[in-house]
Amino acid sequence: MTATAAEPQRTLARQALGAPRRGVASRIVGRAGGGVVQVILLVVGVAWLVPALGLAVASLRTADANASSGWWAVFTKPAQLTVSSYRKLLDNPDMVHSFWNTVKITLPSTALVVIIAALAAYAFACLDFPGRDWLFLGVVALLVVPVQIGLIPVADLYNKVGLFGTIPGVVFFHVAFGLPFAIFLLRNFFAGIPRDLLEAARMDGGTEWGIFWKVVLPLGLPAIASLAIFQFLWVWNDLLVALVFASHSAAPLTVAIRDQTRQFGSNIDIIAPGAFLSLIVPLAVFFAFQRYFVQGVLAGSVK
Amino acid sequence: MATPPVSKLGRVAASPLALLFLLPALLLLGALVVYPIGYTLVRSLFDASGGRFVGLGNYIDMFTSSATRTAMKNNLIWVVVAPTVVTAVGLVFAVLTERIRWAAAFKFVVFMPMAISFLAAGVIFRLVYEQDPDRGVANAVITSVHDAFGSAAAYPGARPRGNDVLAAQGKGYVSTRSYGPGDVAELGLVGVPPQSLPATAANAVAPTAASGGLAGIVWLDFSPGGAGAPGRIDAAEKGLSGVSVQALQGSKVIASAKTGNDGRFQVSGIDGPVRLRLAESNFKEPFGGVTWLGSALITPAIIASYVWIWAGFAMVLIAAGLAAIPRDALEAARVDGATEWQVFRRVTVPLLAPVLVVVFVTLVINVLKVFDLVLIIAPGSVQDDANVLALQMWRVSFGGGRDQGLGSALGIFLFLLVLPAMLFNIRRFRQEQR
Repeated sequence: MTATAAEPQRTLARQALGAPRRGVASRIVGRAGGGVVQVILLVVGVAWLVPALGLAVASLRTADANASSGWWAVFTKPAQLTVSSYRKLLDNPDMVHSFWNTVKITLPSTALVVIIAALAAYAFACLDFPGRDWLFLGVVALLVVPVQIGLIPVADLYNKVGLFGTIPGVVFFHVAFGLPFAIFLLRNFFAGIPRDLLEAARMDGGTEWGIFWKVVLPLGLPAIASLAIFQFLWVWNDLLVALVFASHSAAPLTVAIRDQTRQFGSNIDIIAPGAFLSLIVPLAVFFAFQRYFVQGVLAGSVK
Repeated sequence: MATPPVSKLGRVAASPLALLFLLPALLLLGALVVYPIGYTLVRSLFDASGGRFVGLGNYIDMFTSSATRTAMKNNLIWVVVAPTVVTAVGLVFAVLTERIRWAAAFKFVVFMPMAISFLAAGVIFRLVYEQDPDRGVANAVITSVHDAFGSAAAYPGARPRGNDVLAAQGKGYVSTRSYGPGDVAELGLVGVPPQSLPATAANAVAPTAASGGLAGIVWLDFSPGGAGAPGRIDAAEKGLSGVSVQALQGSKVIASAKTGNDGRFQVSGIDGPVRLRLAESNFKEPFGGVTWLGSALITPAIIASYVWIWAGFAMVLIAAGLAAIPRDALEAARVDGATEWQVFRRVTVPLLAPVLVVVFVTLVINVLKVFDLVLIIAPGSVQDDANVLALQMWRVSFGGGRDQGLGSALGIFLFLLVLPAMLFNIRRFRQEQR
């Protein structure tokens, strides 16, 4: 929630990940220090990559190879690389099932949050009703409520209505706790849409529903994209909520991998490819939609 | 309703319609977020099974049980250290990348961990922190740096034969007699497995007296098959290379030498009798790296992995803030003769302050709820030492504890901890609206 309008955010995002800009504090490091800075940043960059590279390589070696030497041994013995761990992972019905559970939890959670939040944000941004500002202040207040506060009561509630352990149960929880941020983000974006545009549509006899669909949603697409990516990553990466609400048959990949980590050393040939599988999807999303993701981060601080 | 009045803002007063748009959100928020806050508050006043009212009993338990107190202590460390380090690192990265051409690539790499789960990051760092330097990359780096500076050749477990040439002193050994210039010292050791000798080890050769100096040898006084005699340099007995030998006058080291591949050494520059000492460093265990996942270092180790994940977040936000700083302010300061450091301290940082505060507050809220990283990185045996409130809350109420009264109290406690951030958000929002 650093900026309320969308356009500055986009500019910020471009600048944040875009080309370097000379000036400001850059000259602090001094002209003579240029080379030193390059070297330092190169070392830091490599250091940042090495841990993840370690997992990627470990997932491509057998359990025996991982037990006897470090992953960097492949630099001298490239023949060690094999996809046997992945084959083993795909032959493990529990892991495959949990992967699809992750998909079945993540996609509906993302879609529902976007739809429900867009509706609410439209009401907050474009309609007038008594108590609107106070209600929205309530949404702002809910931004930081920790999920821990919901675990026990919702578990009780789900037990009563038969949702405990099910995929819909996990989905609803994610949607509810994703909503404050989602409404906040979209409302702020919608509020930046020129009033005249809405008025013109109303003059032309457009219904609120029609204006929502034909004017506000298309204009709000960048913010909706940010929100969708953010929510997707949040749900895909979640462990705690699924650990509490998902039964064994509804458990997503994160929970299945966590079960394996209890015997970390002996299960490394399942854990490493599993963890890699679970991180490669969000990473691909990040690659593909980097710009929107950064916008979401810029808008999403203090959550 | 009569004709809908149009408000000053030009919005249509449409209460029933607005309600329709808001209904799904309000239902979900009410049932799964707002109502649970009240429920948890009430539930925290009841016992484990929820049947008996215990008042503040759970809160008293919470502050007196050693498990939750460890968790609180660790949370405090987390909250003080993690946001500070992440913000500082992010600031440094943001400032430094302004200077390089490949800033986009660097930012991309550092920001990437933001996209992956704490679980995957946890697995990644479990591998990084593996104790065995042959498998964990952290210890591999540290031991190779260590070995590059320290003496690599050490003979842990080596000891003299019981023939009174050497006597123990601490963990090292000192000769029992004194040697003068022109003398020859034959210092035999046993207890070194022949296969652990370096490949360069050569057969021991009896040293010859040198004029003006003291000659000697340190060798492995053991012949495979037991053919040799104790105290004598037999054929096929190996010299011990790289042993540091010190010449002592009283307790002062006046000269020192290192043995060669055949175990021989020469001490020059002595004028009187000296005792020879084989220092402790020759006998210490090889350095096996740092025990990252032991109870002492587990919390700093996990915080380091958190920095790996979140530094990119701080960097990107701060870089955006830097980009938005008006150039004239900086130029004005420079024209007035300020040094670059002064510009940074007096102009850049104050102008960045709002961004830094937002980054810091965001991190504090996030750190308070840290859960997955601790659960995955801390092995079961040290999980009690690495415990944090969010983890303890889960362990107590779901992960085997089944005490949902205490769990609720912990939930309320966490909620109270983020309450200042909630007020901060509300205040800032109302200011923005004005």
